[in-house]
Amino acid sequence: MSSAPTTAAGQPNHAKRVIVAWLVLSAIATPLVAIFLGPALPPGHASQQASEQVVANTVMTSIVTPVICLLLVFFVYALMKFRTARGGALVDGPPLRNQNTVQVAWVALTSATVLFLAGFGTYELLQNGSGGGQGPSPIAVPSGPKLQVQVIAQQWEFTYRYPSYGGLETSQLVLPENTEIELHVTSLDAIHSFWAYELGIKADANPGNDNVAFLRTKGADTFHVHCAELCGLWHGYMFSNGRVVSASQFATWIKQQQQVFASVQQYMPRYATTYFPDPQRRAG
Amino acid sequence: MSTIAVEARPPLWRRLVGFNLLTAIVLGIGGWYVGWFAAHGVVGPSIAYFADVDYNELSIFMAYVCGVLGFLIGLGFLNYPFARLRGYPPSLREKETGGVGRYLGLCTDHKVVGIQYLVGIGLFFLIGGLNAMLIRIELLRPDHQVWPAGTYLTIVGIHGTMMMGMMTSGILGPFGNYLVPILIGARRMAFPRIEALTFWLLMAGGVILETTIFFGGFPTGWTGYAPLNIQANAGMDCYILFFALVGISMTLLGLNMIATIVTMRAPGLTWTRLPIFVWGVLSTSALMVLAAPVLIATLLMGMLDRTAQTSFFIAAAGGSAYLYQNLFWFFGHPEVYVLALPGFAIVLELLPVFARKPLWGYRLAVAGLLGVSLLSFFVWQHHLFVSGINADLRPFYMLSTELISIPTGFTFICGMMTLWRGQIRYTVPMLFCLAWFFNFLIGGLTGVYLSDAPSDVTTHGSFFSMAHFHYTIMGGLVFTFFAGVYYWVPKMTGFQLNERLGKIHFWSMFILFNSTFFPLFIAGFLGQPRRVVTYPHNLQFLNDWVSVSAFLLGGSLLLFLYNFVKSLVFDRVPAPADPWGSKSIEWQLPSPVPVHNFDRIPVFSSDPYGYGEPSAPVAAPAGAPAGRD
Repeated sequence: MSSAPTTAAGQPNHAKRVIVAWLVLSAIATPLVAIFLGPALPPGHASQQASEQVVANTVMTSIVTPVICLLLVFFVYALMKFRTARGGALVDGPPLRNQNTVQVAWVALTSATVLFLAGFGTYELLQNGSGGGQGPSPIAVPSGPKLQVQVIAQQWEFTYRYPSYGGLETSQLVLPENTEIELHVTSLDAIHSFWAYELGIKADANPGNDNVAFLRTKGADTFHVHCAELCGLWHGYMFSNGRVVSASQFATWIKQQQQVFASVQQYMPRYATTYFPDPQRRAG
Repeated sequence: MSTIAVEARPPLWRRLVGFNLLTAIVLGIGGWYVGWFAAHGVVGPSIAYFADVDYNELSIFMAYVCGVLGFLIGLGFLNYPFARLRGYPPSLREKETGGVGRYLGLCTDHKVVGIQYLVGIGLFFLIGGLNAMLIRIELLRPDHQVWPAGTYLTIVGIHGTMMMGMMTSGILGPFGNYLVPILIGARRMAFPRIEALTFWLLMAGGVILETTIFFGGFPTGWTGYAPLNIQANAGMDCYILFFALVGISMTLLGLNMIATIVTMRAPGLTWTRLPIFVWGVLSTSALMVLAAPVLIATLLMGMLDRTAQTSFFIAAAGGSAYLYQNLFWFFGHPEVYVLALPGFAIVLELLPVFARKPLWGYRLAVAGLLGVSLLSFFVWQHHLFVSGINADLRPFYMLSTELISIPTGFTFICGMMTLWRGQIRYTVPMLFCLAWFFNFLIGGLTGVYLSDAPSDVTTHGSFFSMAHFHYTIMGGLVFTFFAGVYYWVPKMTGFQLNERLGKIHFWSMFILFNSTFFPLFIAGFLGQPRRVVTYPHNLQFLNDWVSVSAFLLGGSLLLFLYNFVKSLVFDRVPAPADPWGSKSIEWQLPSPVPVHNFDRIPVFSSDPYGYGEPSAPVAAPAGAPAGRD
């Protein structure tokens, strides 16, 4: 079945042309993509996790670029060069059924790329969880003291509890700057997903489950929070804003919130990692 | 057919009485009411038990189940089992000869079932597409405007469910049923009545999904996540029944295909001579048979949670919402390859014909198809990277998901090397196949961002993932579906499709498809979540661009419909037996293929890709091809 790649007399060396064009194009395009497109990739630099995701996106885009270049060069060349004359009689091409070198090269190239990507992703993931929800027993835990913040999702809003401030519950999310935050995400009814876009955080909120995600804030900033899992009728309206503020502003804000909610605080359920509404209700 | 014309036809009313589509619809509606009242009779005395529910869910389930049974009885699916019980000999006579009427009922001719699938699935594809237009109307402005929020979610749900459910059989239904027996040199499928059953179950399911609008729709999208699906109103029952019927249909279709391909190949058709399309059908069928029963079981559990107050998926009562997610995606991820793999197979089947070269790397191509099938069962938790389940397993699922691009790459290299130094002809089917490379490249490479757990944190559940799977499914399945339509419909009907209109359709569809879905990657990167009725104001330009493109894309599909109807009904140009110069066996038969396919079962001596090999014998029947009967 297999036959060596034969180059008929007078035939240009198509393979060499394609490979050279590919290498040249990749050598030009990949640095351009990495330098100019990379910094524009999401989600930004509002947190350490977000910055790491920008790096991940840049690395992947830089790997994807030569792949796109290869196929682009190949198809532009092949489709222009190997077209049959219009209206001519049917002419068969050379019966090439296999070339082992091409097969081996292709499998080796794709495997190496894929294994590098998986290795790189695993390395990044194990640093600090990359901002994703890791469930009740996280494996990638950053060291040092952390501020616990609980995110309680319900149809169709998020509320936040600060267990280190007496289990204060509020509808605003305010975080101190340059602090390790430990987010505990849970839900009271359907599945929601807490997505703080600029912070690079996404963690599903499941009833009866404590989904932990880690976050290291940077400077003062504002960010958006969306629900990213379809949760029923008003899912499209389940969004709000949050702020990252300085330590002193955070302390002031906590004091002010404690005063506002002082009268209802005694009726709040005790802080827990999950809550089951009682009686079990069928909403929606 | 000429013999039928001389017989005296009975009067119209006599022809309408009997087992046909009309009877089926009447019995279906009748069965619906019987089930409804019977279930009310059962649970009525204890209705207080259901006091917190607006509807009696059990009645709705029973109504639809009895309705489907009535529909199938009306079509005549019980006639044969009863005839056998009463001692009649086995036969395959159900409407094998009988004019246009056989397309409207139970028919055991695999070619009729293929055409039924083509028209039936096309109809529901149109409905799903109209729903997409309604979604884009809402998203013309960032504020909530045209549809009430619940209606919007129902539209999104019907669009997604219809496309993901119906189109699982989008290629296996029409082309698999029509072509597999011919390509393997057989006269029928292994289980012809089950073949007909898969089609009518799908049609019953499609109608049931549409009736969700009478019960308030459903808010869950196509994934139907619990516990939202348990608190949802009665329209959810239609979703559950639709997907369960699709699951049954898929399982039966897959079993039938596997049985046919394994046992009914003609002499000489060894595994290495099998057309690659048949390999694609075989690997897809394996996925269907192994994945779809999990879906049926999952939906049954959801149904029990809704009617019998069980708590499989209710965390507060000891169940787990993760159970649903795991089970659903254990089905769901193989299912997206059920959608994609037949596309791979069509591309690899058609490229040799239009590049006039043998398929390059046949064994590698087969390994690619089988490798994707196998790996697709080990990747499902990449849908749950941020769900808070098994964080320890994320590196494994990241690896397995990225590994699946290796066998997918086999398809690419085999296709590309088949083109290499070929004599390429740019016919309409070839253009659709070439577009597949472009679309699936983008779909596949953006999948890398989703398979990588760190970057998935941002892209998961955003318009990025939505754009990604539209590139793989619409760009992969629908484009190759059209390649198949332009390539094989002349064989199936005996009439050519207009080439010029076909080219206009291709170019408009290709450009508008990319113009519709590429901006959605950007919208997702900029933070637009899926399935929302509102979005940030700064994304309005992108969304408006997408909406306008989507409307024009709908127009492009209407152009196809115009071409299809015009070429097959009004301006009929008879197709020659082999308009493409293919060496495959279906083109050795007359167009359309006669009822019994072959007068004599063919003997194969090579694969159908012997282009440029003068000494290679053509895969052809041992005797002369059958004449038109």
